[in-house]
Amino acid sequence: MTEKTFMAGFGGQGIISLGMLWVYCAMKEGLEVTFFPFYGAEKRGGIARASVVVSDREIASPLVTSPDSSIVMNLDSLPLCEAIAKQGGTLIVNSSLVKVDPKRTDLRVISVPCNELAEEIGDAKFANMVMMGALSKATGAVKLDKLEAVLKTFFPESKHKFIPMNMKAIEAGRAAV
Amino acid sequence: MAEEKKLMKGNEAIGEAAIRAGCRAYFGYPITPQNELTAYMAKNMLDKKRVFIQAESEVAAINMVYGAAATGTRTMTSSSSPGMSLKQEGISYLCGADLPAVLVNVARSGPGLGGISPGQGDYFQATRGGGHGDYYHMVFAPKSVQEAADLTYEAFDLADKWRMPAMILADGLIGQMMEGVVLPEERDLASLPEKPWAAGQGGGPRHVSSCILVPEELEAAVRVRFARYEEVRKAETRFEEVNIEKAELVFVAYGTSSRVALGAVELAKKAGMELGLFRPISLWPFPSARLAELAAKGKRFLAVEMSMGQMVEDVRLSVASSAGAGKADVQFYGRCGGVIPSEEEVLAEARRILGK
Repeated sequence: MTEKTFMAGFGGQGIISLGMLWVYCAMKEGLEVTFFPFYGAEKRGGIARASVVVSDREIASPLVTSPDSSIVMNLDSLPLCEAIAKQGGTLIVNSSLVKVDPKRTDLRVISVPCNELAEEIGDAKFANMVMMGALSKATGAVKLDKLEAVLKTFFPESKHKFIPMNMKAIEAGRAAV
Repeated sequence: MAEEKKLMKGNEAIGEAAIRAGCRAYFGYPITPQNELTAYMAKNMLDKKRVFIQAESEVAAINMVYGAAATGTRTMTSSSSPGMSLKQEGISYLCGADLPAVLVNVARSGPGLGGISPGQGDYFQATRGGGHGDYYHMVFAPKSVQEAADLTYEAFDLADKWRMPAMILADGLIGQMMEGVVLPEERDLASLPEKPWAAGQGGGPRHVSSCILVPEELEAAVRVRFARYEEVRKAETRFEEVNIEKAELVFVAYGTSSRVALGAVELAKKAGMELGLFRPISLWPFPSARLAELAAKGKRFLAVEMSMGQMVEDVRLSVASSAGAGKADVQFYGRCGGVIPSEEEVLAEARRILGK
């Protein structure tokens, strides 16, 4: 099993955290992982992208150029994600911010209203975690069963009170697929 | 017992490996894409009561390395391409004074200020002695975060063993990406090799210098050093081979481009084609003898680099000394400017060459 995922959105949406948590959990599940982020110099609003690979064997190129799955967190990212997606690949679209449909017909398109679902839980900032839940359900590549323990080491103690909401966001994302 | 696997950036893994290898003095100056390494050393060296100095420039940093190395201290500096150019004078002095040090280049694209994306255009500078005068130093090119940690750790031992600098030539992707890494064990500083040649190590005052003004004496010193280089070639040449036996065409690539080439080998296999990968791990000494052997067996090569073609010259020199000299087919595919080739385009180039 090798799952190559391309993650795209704008700075501030938590794309980089999403990618890091995805590979962190995958590593704890015994998989090989690579995570290569690229983002603009802006603190918020610039591009934020990540090439992420998880596999049960040694990973060749860490650069994802023909993704099995893509995460489209905002409208600007849709054309790129659509263009590079593998034939028959999966596109998970944040339908809260992306109101147009992809043009390609060979792709498996999953729409998840990440921002709305996150707001129901308490804050639009959980949108990336909703997306990660959806990615886990859609690909089956990373189970995320060790996420709670990972979050405890990922966040400082003062943020631990948000962990239950993060876990709820994951569940909401799973349920949306 | 092996430690638990950690998720780390390449830059941070290099820093931690250096600390564990017994690096007691780090001198650096910020530059993208190696900043996490300098930051890591700032945070962790002082905690361990070791020396960290953010110098006023790259030139100052490399001269501080010279000073620390002359006292027998395990020392390191790191930078990225433009900063590495500034350090070349100091590296020449280190080599001229037979001083061990670890130098890390997390290379970006050039020339000039260039860009901050990954590049492999520093190969000539790294492997040919980028400063003035007749010299070489060891150069190792990691392909992963794990190998970046392992080679950095070992580089300190090899630098001490051969009394010369050892360079880790990574690139922006190796430095910036995160992978799982099992870190090597922490060295007891008391267990590090003794250096009776160093200043301040007893036996009276000692002048550690690269300056010899009598031509015959300087020539003799250079010849002794070059005899040592021959020993290094025999002992420290490293490479990895993947699917060479069956391969109709063998990629030759190091660092990040070797990962891309490996991806192309795997894509080819799915399509029923047999391609191989020859990955130099030591760039100096370059694994010429093995390439010459493969050329003599009739293997064809495609060098893949993130440059306009630098390592490919070493491939051509290597096969020129083979039994089938002149007949060996060496082709080149490169991207530059910070562009990383995709495994699909590398495979397409292999198909074009093979007419498949």
